[in-house]
Amino acid sequence: MELFLQQIINGLTVGAVYALIALGYTMVYGILELINFAHGEIYMLGAYLGIIVLGFLTVIGLTAMSLPLAIFITIILAGAICAAYGMTMEKVAYKPLRDAPKLAPLISAMGVSIFLQNYVMLTQGATDKVFPNIIPKASVNFLGADVTYIQIFIMASSVILMAGLHFFIMKTKMGKAMRATALDKKMAGLLGINVNSIISMTFMIGSFLAAVAGVMVAMYYGLVNFSIGYLAGMKAFTAAVLGGIGNVPGAMLGGVLLGVLESLGAGYLWPEYKDAFAFIVLVLILIIRPQGLLGARVPDKV
Amino acid sequence: MMASKYIKTILIALWFGLLAIPFAGFTKAVMIAGAVLAGVVVVNILKSLRNNSTGIRSAGKVDDFINNVMRGRNRYAVIAVTLALLVVFPFVTNRYALDLATQAGIYIVLALGLNIVVGQTGLLVFGYVAFYAVGAYTYAILSTAHGFNFWVVLPIAAFFAGIFGIMLGAPALRLRGDYLAIVTLGFGEITRIVLNNWDSLTGGPNGISGVARPSIGPLVFSSLNHFYYLVLILVIITIIVVSRLNDSRVGRAWIAIREDEVAAEAMGVNTFLFKMLSFGLGAVVAGLAGVFYVAKMGFVSPESFNFFESVIILCMVVLGGMGSIPGVVFGSLALYLMPEALRDFQQFRMLIFGGSLVAVMVFRPQGFIGTRRTGIELSHKEAENL
Repeated sequence: MELFLQQIINGLTVGAVYALIALGYTMVYGILELINFAHGEIYMLGAYLGIIVLGFLTVIGLTAMSLPLAIFITIILAGAICAAYGMTMEKVAYKPLRDAPKLAPLISAMGVSIFLQNYVMLTQGATDKVFPNIIPKASVNFLGADVTYIQIFIMASSVILMAGLHFFIMKTKMGKAMRATALDKKMAGLLGINVNSIISMTFMIGSFLAAVAGVMVAMYYGLVNFSIGYLAGMKAFTAAVLGGIGNVPGAMLGGVLLGVLESLGAGYLWPEYKDAFAFIVLVLILIIRPQGLLGARVPDKV
Repeated sequence: MMASKYIKTILIALWFGLLAIPFAGFTKAVMIAGAVLAGVVVVNILKSLRNNSTGIRSAGKVDDFINNVMRGRNRYAVIAVTLALLVVFPFVTNRYALDLATQAGIYIVLALGLNIVVGQTGLLVFGYVAFYAVGAYTYAILSTAHGFNFWVVLPIAAFFAGIFGIMLGAPALRLRGDYLAIVTLGFGEITRIVLNNWDSLTGGPNGISGVARPSIGPLVFSSLNHFYYLVLILVIITIIVVSRLNDSRVGRAWIAIREDEVAAEAMGVNTFLFKMLSFGLGAVVAGLAGVFYVAKMGFVSPESFNFFESVIILCMVVLGGMGSIPGVVFGSLALYLMPEALRDFQQFRMLIFGGSLVAVMVFRPQGFIGTRRTGIELSHKEAENL
């Protein structure tokens, strides 16, 4: 029972991270119908920025003054820089291709992905980077399972961010404009919505969330490598598809479900096939229910 | 007007420099900003040159040139000269170039196979490398564990890869567009993970070594020269088969599906059957390429079949020009040889590679040599024959 609970908690932690990254995929797909393959790299950039920014804050003495404040600033700064990267990526690699054949932006995304990986490898080195060991390792006991502070932190901040995003999309004017753009770009443009800035905004929000996920993962595992973006990106994408791509609550649900499934599968069945679970889930869900758990079936346009 | 353009250029460079600071540090960020400035200036100059020349676009010139060469009377002459050059190639070059050429040949075959599925039928496939892996492992296992001969394995591997393709295709082909791409990606990754973990059959991450060389009677294909010719023959056969298919009834059905699946179905094309055929044939070609690959290397491991490999092959198809055979051949050569040509830049080569993928797509999204098929009307003679 304790083991089961422990696996569930580990799964929820990883799932929260998947969900945060998945939101970026699903929002971009909802608006542009583009699988942004470079999104995983933004998450990787975020993880690196977590280490870089926290290192900088330590040098100027802020970390010694107040650790929570330093972590807060790290997350905000890393998120902001990644948002800038995401926006730039859209302007350079996707915007010129909006009317191009469908495969072109996909190839372009692959190019961005390869570029960013090598950019980080060249500037930060090919070896693993270590996250400074400053976060207390203590944990609380929950019905016999250990829950570390970092795990609580990850789950809590994910919930806050997702709630914030949901509020933003459903209640604000900008969110309404985003929903309108997702429904029909042309019509939204005719009604006075600046579609280009909405698309930039979408990329920025998605990149911000991915960066936060990256910083938190860097804290959680303590190690970062330039190649982590691909697998995390694929799993997050699976989560987005699982929940119904283009559907924001679906991405959250999909992420958490996938994290728990993976954790239970690796814990009880075959640990060596841990990474295959995500893909098996992906294939099964697409074949059985391609619209995802929460997605609505879209009829083919003739 | 001009002044604002200069300011904009400088602002772009500054922005990229700013972005680079956290990762690259201040001095390198300044260098990056300088590089971006130079790049934007060059692009601007090229653009203004293009606009000034009286309406003639360089892209159109390329198309015309290709068409003149490939479709005109000189077509056979071009083919004959190319073939002659390819045949004498091993005598005038060194081992390194020969090795590159052989590997490039395998990539051409793979890209042509994927082109059947992606370029001609319009089915987006991301896990193509899985079929390549099935072919490669079939030969490696049958050769090391059961002593099968290369020529016997060739049809067996093609059969296995085809069956594998059909097995994956049957459930996956009900999906469209991006979804199909993702399912095939999933299959590709699962295949690689299984190869990596099924130690008793595949040797796990260590792979299988000591795979026998192909032989006909006493003649053993062991040197690079032999493989070069072997692969050259495979490439030629593939090109002939693919271009014959392209002009056949099947090819037309594929193109109909690519252009508009619903319309094709309404016109009586059995879309499911033709999609399966396309998928299966693509898989067979990849399987054959896999056998040749293992025969050349004498060794196989799951590392050769990662997602990146699928991406590269897909890029070869798209970059060269989807659906166009000369385009795909050109794309494969360009993409395979480019990182090699950039060897002097060592660690920068993949960076440049990624950047150029973006650049090519942004400036020429239809690929280097786009297909002319779209929009071609039937000639009178063809119309009468129908």
